[in-house]
Amino acid sequence: MPAVTQVTTEFVKQYWAPLLCGFAIVAVLPLIVGYVVLVERKIMADMQARLGPMRVGPHGLLQPIADAVKLLIKEDIIPEDADKLVFWLAPVLSVGAALLAMAGLAIGPAFQIAKDINIGILFVVGVSALGIFGIVLGGWASNSHYSLIGALRSSAQLVSYETAAGMALVSGLLFAGTLNVTSIVQAQYDQGIWFGLLAPVAFFTYLVASIAETNRAPFDLPEAESELVAGYMTEFSGFRWSLYFLAEYTNMIVVASVATTLFLGGWLRPFPRTHWLDFLDFLPMVLMTGIGIYCLLRVPKQPARVQQLFMLAVAGMCFAAAFVLAAPVLVPFFKLSLIAAVKPYHDGILGGFWFIFKVSWYIYFFMWLRFTLPRYRFDQLMRLGWHFLIPLSIINVLVIGVAMILGSHFHLEGWQLLLTTIPASILALIIALFILTAEQKSEPQRASGAASDTYA
Amino acid sequence: MLDQVIFYLFSALAVVSAILTVTRRNVVHSAIFLITALLATAGIFLQLRAEFLFIVQIILYVGGIMVLFVFVIMLVNLDVAVRQLRFARQKWVALLISLALAAQVGLMLWSTGKMPGQGVPVLSAVPADKLPPNSEEVAKSLFSSYLLPFEIASVLLLVAMIGAVVMAKRRA
Repeated sequence: MPAVTQVTTEFVKQYWAPLLCGFAIVAVLPLIVGYVVLVERKIMADMQARLGPMRVGPHGLLQPIADAVKLLIKEDIIPEDADKLVFWLAPVLSVGAALLAMAGLAIGPAFQIAKDINIGILFVVGVSALGIFGIVLGGWASNSHYSLIGALRSSAQLVSYETAAGMALVSGLLFAGTLNVTSIVQAQYDQGIWFGLLAPVAFFTYLVASIAETNRAPFDLPEAESELVAGYMTEFSGFRWSLYFLAEYTNMIVVASVATTLFLGGWLRPFPRTHWLDFLDFLPMVLMTGIGIYCLLRVPKQPARVQQLFMLAVAGMCFAAAFVLAAPVLVPFFKLSLIAAVKPYHDGILGGFWFIFKVSWYIYFFMWLRFTLPRYRFDQLMRLGWHFLIPLSIINVLVIGVAMILGSHFHLEGWQLLLTTIPASILALIIALFILTAEQKSEPQRASGAASDTYA
Repeated sequence: MLDQVIFYLFSALAVVSAILTVTRRNVVHSAIFLITALLATAGIFLQLRAEFLFIVQIILYVGGIMVLFVFVIMLVNLDVAVRQLRFARQKWVALLISLALAAQVGLMLWSTGKMPGQGVPVLSAVPADKLPPNSEEVAKSLFSSYLLPFEIASVLLLVAMIGAVVMAKRRA
């Protein structure tokens, strides 16, 4: 079969680098997600004045691995009346869409799987939206009422909030003038300001809409455990359930990355063009060394031998990370061949740190909201989406456009654009609030919350 | 060579899932195969380096319209639809029309290269890095040469949207 080998070699030759990165992401992401879950449980515990997981490994550091093993060896139950094929397909679809969206993201200037695609951010948004089919079909295939209602809620919620999120992205993209992820960050470097500051209302809208899109509290109606057992996931158990979980957390990372890229300056450090702040480049190294030293100090306090060893390993990993992060900033002082070898990736290493740093803060904010706010009722959720966020985002696109025209008329650049965009954003907020109150006055019986809703 | 393999892969996927869309008894299965067919078409767009068309196909058809389709299908009583006989009405009219369409496409493909100015236009290949950025080009042509059709289409959609809202309000 010479034709087959020819095609295979051609394929491998052209696509070996993205393939390798793709495999790496698929292999590492479950681990990362496991630790995000651990961090979430720890933060929840902290906010509720508890300790959280403490038993497996020092401070519960091995908990994600124990959980993964438990989920893998659990009995795989498929309901008798379920649609077997769709039941099998649905979780895979959810995870697949979420993972595919990762391909379009640029983590630092050097790390991007699908390099320099023209449609950049549209690809990420469009492909990650496909994950909804996993939820809807999974809910339908389980042949259970709780699952079906969860699935219906989820699709209604996603369709409603996608509009708001899309319009919010448009406001940000107006400043960038391109869809390409790399160029968007470059535009923020050139203009010397994050687009999140230029379009704060758009950032706020995207923040709220992205929480709703990832089905997170306070908008986690599709899996509201007090009413729907677990929503669309009710009939799923073991590994299939964990696939849904993986998809949800991957989606969180994806929306956080989109927001970071467009609104928070991507991989740029704060004030990238202010040279007296150059010492910020040392911050990643100092931070990792500090964590490493702290871990070393905690080693003697661990109760068991294994836990001591594990703590040592964590400290070692922190020092290794610190060394990698130190390489770019220490080049001018030392002429080590090892440091010089990674020279082409210097911007990438520091940039990757700042990108992940910002994404972490965004996700932390999600968790913070989850443990602070009570869950919305479904009709409240719909009213917030349709009566407030969508008008707000559409008006915001309009006024931001006008503000940009005014700005170019008066030759404003970078920071000076705030003079026009901030009043414009406030104006958009006022108009949207006015629409909301007018709506409530005209429909008093609905506003009282007595209305019944088909999907509630 | 690789391009051809990818093209035939996506085409086969699109055709097979399109056939399965109309032959499946279960409406949700039909919807899944329709999604597959749309995604395969998007894949062909991407292979032709029409990135913008690719993502618009995914966002609009798969992410928007099909979500609503599935949403509505799940609210409908499926058992009735499964019991009903399909292709019962308009059998002969449908056959006639599809034959006519097939003949037309076949004629077009057949006449390519045989008669000048007829059939599928054969364009010269352009290397990928020489192509202009596609979403910018689409935007430019939409808002300059095709501004009037674009506006007419927008107004039409707006009218349809308002009409739908008005009809829904009257019923409630």
